[in-house]
Amino acid sequence: MATNGIGSSVKRKEDLRFITGSGRYTDDIQLPHQAYACFVRSPHAHATINSIDRSAAEAMPGVLGVFTGEEVAADGLGGLICGWMVKSKDGSPMKAGPHPILAHRKVRYVGDHVAVVVAETLQQARDAAEAVEVEYGVLPAAVDVAKTHDSGVDIHDDIPNNLVYDWEIGDKVATDAAFAQAKHVTRVELINNRLVPNAMEPRAALGHYDTGMDAYTLYTTSQNPHVARLVISAFVGIAPEHKLTVIAPDVGGGFGSKIFIYAEECVCLWASKKVRRPVKWTADRTEAFLSDAHGRDHVSVAEMAMDENGQFLALRVNTKANMGAYLSTFSSCIPTYLYATLLAGQYKTPAIYCDVQAYYTNTAPVDAYRGAGRPEATYLVETLVEECAKDMKLDPAEIRRRNFIPKDAFPYQTPVALQYDTGDYEPCLDKALELADYAGFPERRRQSEAKGKLRGIGFSAYIEACGIAPSAVIGSLGAGVGLWESAKVRFSHTGKVQVLTGTHSHGQGHETTFAQLVASKLGVAYEDVDVIHGDTSKTTVGMGTYGSRSLAVGGEALVKACDKVIAKGKKIAAHLLEASEQDIVFQDGNFSVAGTDRSKSIGEIVFAALVPHNYPPGLEPGMEETAYYDPANFTYPSGVYICELEVDPDSGVVEIQKFTAVDDFGNVINPMIVEGQVHGGLAQGIGQALLENAVYDESGQLISASYMDYTMPRADDLPSFVVHTTAGTACTHNSLGVKGCGEAGAIGSPPAVMNAVADAIGTRISMPATPEKVWRALQKTQLAQAAE
Amino acid sequence: MTSVTMTVNGKAVTKDIEPRMLLSTFLREELGLTGTHVGCDTSQCGCCVVHVDGDSVKSCTALAVQFDGASVTTIEGLGQNGTLHPMQEAFRENHGLQCGFCTTGMIMSSVDLVKKAKEQGITIDEHYVREGLEGNICRCTGYHNIVKAVIAGAQAM
Ligand code: FES
Ligand code: FES
Repeated sequence: MATNGIGSSVKRKEDLRFITGSGRYTDDIQLPHQAYACFVRSPHAHATINSIDRSAAEAMPGVLGVFTGEEVAADGLGGLICGWMVKSKDGSPMKAGPHPILAHRKVRYVGDHVAVVVAETLQQARDAAEAVEVEYGVLPAAVDVAKTHDSGVDIHDDIPNNLVYDWEIGDKVATDAAFAQAKHVTRVELINNRLVPNAMEPRAALGHYDTGMDAYTLYTTSQNPHVARLVISAFVGIAPEHKLTVIAPDVGGGFGSKIFIYAEECVCLWASKKVRRPVKWTADRTEAFLSDAHGRDHVSVAEMAMDENGQFLALRVNTKANMGAYLSTFSSCIPTYLYATLLAGQYKTPAIYCDVQAYYTNTAPVDAYRGAGRPEATYLVETLVEECAKDMKLDPAEIRRRNFIPKDAFPYQTPVALQYDTGDYEPCLDKALELADYAGFPERRRQSEAKGKLRGIGFSAYIEACGIAPSAVIGSLGAGVGLWESAKVRFSHTGKVQVLTGTHSHGQGHETTFAQLVASKLGVAYEDVDVIHGDTSKTTVGMGTYGSRSLAVGGEALVKACDKVIAKGKKIAAHLLEASEQDIVFQDGNFSVAGTDRSKSIGEIVFAALVPHNYPPGLEPGMEETAYYDPANFTYPSGVYICELEVDPDSGVVEIQKFTAVDDFGNVINPMIVEGQVHGGLAQGIGQALLENAVYDESGQLISASYMDYTMPRADDLPSFVVHTTAGTACTHNSLGVKGCGEAGAIGSPPAVMNAVADAIGTRISMPATPEKVWRALQKTQLAQAAE
Repeated sequence: MTSVTMTVNGKAVTKDIEPRMLLSTFLREELGLTGTHVGCDTSQCGCCVVHVDGDSVKSCTALAVQFDGASVTTIEGLGQNGTLHPMQEAFRENHGLQCGFCTTGMIMSSVDLVKKAKEQGITIDEHYVREGLEGNICRCTGYHNIVKAVIAGAQAM
């Protein structure tokens, strides 16, 4: 059993079904008499809906119904909500415009849902959708977050200047005072490019209203089916919560984009009652580009005040954040509590002030995408730090070392609300320098130069806050939910274990990791543990998977449930072994009387609990324990990433030569899975830095709406990675000592890449560093040099 | 409607279908072979790769009627007599998958890639695998372990 326990790279339980094609994703599910939905989407970024003529569509073969925002309004349905109330500097609440599940009288971005056609077959639904005639009154659009304030475009009624909120954090007075004293100030202006998450499985939904039971079932591509159930019942109002089951079966990647509650899944469920048939919708890829929540899209100015030795004195930041046309489920907390609270980074900067203006634009909603706020913070801090090093003529490793929060300063209260419980940053830096062979870089650079290539090296020392989240803390900051997690451990007569978790796995391998954990804790066979998730009718409640929370919060709930099993088991063992409960010790699956060889296996104890012929009087039969866990703090993984790359000055092509990632994730349950998570995060971060960009033109058309136009990282764009997880500092406030690893790669890597690009070409360019941009930047420097 | 006959995973099938039906739809909806996934429908991602007469084909961009009389192998037919194909085993052993959505197409492409390399005497190294899998997108793994898996799978094939 030890080989399958905590700390071993157990092969994944879930893999057999995936490698044989027997996974069960939402679009794989076929219900009897299922019909198909096709959405009529707005071709305009901003327009009034003057009229919708559906008569031609309704007359087409196979059409079961055509529905619009008028029916939604007539049915008295509510809209989609943003679950986090952020307040402006003046204390006023953020301004949330209505977000109907089908647009009502107005469309606000290209792809906005105007109507739905339900038909017998998908082709019939598509054909009929084309026959729905919508007359639009086209309005001017605001697209660019830096310009929306003064655009004169009113995206929502009564929301002046499209300003959602104007928020701040930190001590402005202290920060300004430190700047006044500074020997040197380094300043950067940065754009954090807009991204499309692009899980490979497009979003899909299958809604089913059961007339006889007056009950609803929704199969959907969700990272948090319970939150979907809550929002669809409490806010959209389609079905009462106890009559709604939400099932997120196998989900093909999420990266944040499947956290949110979307119009399409609501519409499928609602329309299913209208046509009395199950209704299925699956996005095609262009629909996904248009209507999945996007990520990032910040414009920032940041300044660092330093003394003469490059010690950081204060950091001042202004950020404008693009929220898109509607506030998506968690959108408001991303550029605030998940962003600006991370601006301390790994540094002991004494004063920090940040203000953030969040704006509506006529673009798709923007919400969490892998890292969610923390990549934006890290990109800003680590770009600025590298520029500070340059200005102060310090080695980039040295300036970081000088400013690191020292090991003995933990727990460390940052000036931006968070308290880091633990960390030790220098060992990660040292290990990264060693693995990257930093000492050998000058020689490698000479070799590149000899070949006519430009070589650069770049650093990034990231911190993140994950294990989201302590409910009381986030509640005081405006969150509408608690972010505890639930777990249930259920034994059957034969000693087999079912684990029910409120987290959701869409690639992370919970079925393996959680089984390892339970096997280790309870001394049962790994093979005998089955992990169930993603079905609200099985797991009663849960908060889902995002913010690298599944193990740190959901895993800890599972530990608590196991503890309850052990506690109950001790009572039963004491009875069976005729000993006092206090004398029973539990180890490796056996309850024994301390100091004797008398013991009962957990299997025998469970059997006694389910066949209680000889049983402690008054004790409930059965062995099924539930626990909830609400974390005391966030967890704080950290690490140092070093990117080394080569630029071809003739073509502008950037080729990564070596990418070194050293992380402190605290304790690790399955190193193989953790490394895999880092690899995937790195690919997304490198994608952001070199390839990916969601581009709207001035009229609000998304001109990167397919894989022909939006550059996804492919196998030949990336190197193999050098990934190392340090022994690390165990999280101090969960018993597992775990921190979370799902987002680190995407958080830490973009600045490392961009710092390396800047180092290679001698000038800083914006992400993504495409060959064209790199080449133009080089031409410009050469022209400037020639003119000198 | 048009009648189409194929051998799919060794079994002969005949169906009356709309002429515009894609091969991916035919496999998924008509035959229930949902291991073939559709990730983009523009020939870009490779989630839908199957083998037609031994060559890999993106089934999202081909009409089923084009393959009348052909022999099609999907991921469900890759293993023989209940045992996994060495490439399937290699993906599991090397953690070459996370969410599993790209995986079936990735495995089908890899099998063909390795077969072609062996036929042509090409060395199967990291460079060859990365270039050869350029038509398959994975958003989860960063390709690191996929590359390892394909090289290991090639050795076992
Ligand atoms: S689904 Fe066929 S290539 Fe993407
Ligand atoms: S494993 Fe998820 S897309 Fe490749």
